[in-house]
Amino acid sequence: MSPTKPPLVGASTPLPLPPPFSHSALRLLTQGAEALVFHTTLLDSRTPVALKYRPPKPYRHPLLDRRLTRQRLLAEARVLVKCRKEGVLVPDVVALGADEGWLGLGWVEGATVRRVLDKWVGKRGEEGEGELMGLMGRVGRAVGRMHEIGVCHGDLTTSNLMDSPADLRSLAGDIVLIDFGLATQSIQDEDRAVDLYVLERAFAATHPVAEPLFQEVLRTYGESYKGAKVVLRRLEDVRMRGRKRSMLG
Amino acid sequence: MATVETLYLPHYPDYPIYISFFKNVSNAPFLRQQLLEANTAFEYAFLDATMILSPRHLYAATFRALNDAVHTRLKSRNIHSELVFSLSPNNNIADAYRRFGIQDSTTSLLAVKIPLSNHDITAESVSKHLGGAVEGESVAFGEEALAGVTDLKALRKVYKLDSGNKGGGGKKGKKGAEVVVNGNGVGSGKDERAEMEGVILGIMALKGT
Ligand SMILES: Nc1ncnc2c1ncn2[C@@H]1O[C@H](COP(=O)(O)OP(=O)(O)O)[C@@H](O)[C@H]1O
Ligand SMILES: [Mg+2]
Repeated sequence: MSPTKPPLVGASTPLPLPPPFSHSALRLLTQGAEALVFHTTLLDSRTPVALKYRPPKPYRHPLLDRRLTRQRLLAEARVLVKCRKEGVLVPDVVALGADEGWLGLGWVEGATVRRVLDKWVGKRGEEGEGELMGLMGRVGRAVGRMHEIGVCHGDLTTSNLMDSPADLRSLAGDIVLIDFGLATQSIQDEDRAVDLYVLERAFAATHPVAEPLFQEVLRTYGESYKGAKVVLRRLEDVRMRGRKRSMLG
Repeated sequence: MATVETLYLPHYPDYPIYISFFKNVSNAPFLRQQLLEANTAFEYAFLDATMILSPRHLYAATFRALNDAVHTRLKSRNIHSELVFSLSPNNNIADAYRRFGIQDSTTSLLAVKIPLSNHDITAESVSKHLGGAVEGESVAFGEEALAGVTDLKALRKVYKLDSGNKGGGGKKGKKGAEVVVNGNGVGSGKDERAEMEGVILGIMALKGT
């Protein structure tokens, strides 16, 4: 990947980082609305991590800001550890600086499903469609496993799903769920259905060509745990409401 | 002279950490007594190596202790007691010592020294002191050294890795020991230790929150 410059706050002031981190030891990956994600190492030089940093929000009172950031990070870390304990594939929580606003996550090799789909759509051919169906099937099962243990993701987009193949040239990897910043511990059909709806919309928005393949996600999801069929029925209600809402503007 | 590994944790290049590993230790009661008497010549974390899963397990506790020391928020007396404390899943320091610290019966020993800003302490001085103080066989610390030493069963118990699904819904048909940490983690196919490590690091990071 190409080297990235440190993110700036002003015209030329680099964003300050909490100790012990410095820009020279980090490589910026993404800069989202809430968090910056860097690639670096933790614990030893052979342990790559994704360092997720939520910088202070200048418009919020510092005390309140610290407390909110801390709560969000802790919620994210707790859900990750719960998933990890129960065999749902997510990154390890390697270290945590709750007061400083950062979370060190075990590095997941591979690419986001979004990138995998982008590449596929770029090539367009029939070829590889079988492989892609396989990928969709694994996505459905991964989401099902997560729901089964009582976790709803809250932001299930194709950027928050990673395809982590043992062999990086194939598509046949494990699906690793990432970005639990909005996750909740819930077994409500509604929450589960909304997860699926969000994923469906994400698909339609970014990969309309691949949209038919989404049926395969729903098919494997439906078979992945006992309550899944009920959730699929609930999904139809959620879609209906979604459509009404968009008609009302 | 004892074999000493000098560890520099990423992002903390100014804080060398000295690690020594001994097998067949025969004077654990003496060493433990020095800690109880707060003998200043024995400022170490003395750990029972049967309770250390992997180098990363130890490094995670060391990182937490060092990072909390730098942020001046130690929960115990000093950085060495904090290291022992960091390994524990709960907030009871006596408990941490009982489970992870040296016991009179300890035969596999990890000695960790974090000098912070005391530059008089070097790998040589640590090697010399431990070489004289510990009666046992000095071996290089690493995965291989721990391979035959770690008590996986005791670790599973301490970190409650066998407690089954306590999560919300839909857990039917998948309860019991094997579900938790079940060879199905990131990088599936990795061995039991890697699976345990992923969960244990998380438990340690969340401790006290
Ligand atoms: N553990 C990880 N391993 C590898 N890449 C990661 C990891 N976590 C995040 N990323 C990368 O960083 C991006 C943003 O991370 P994410 O947790 O989704 O933050 P945000 O809340 O900003 O979306 C992801 O889409 C992914 O490309
Ligand atoms: Mg994201």
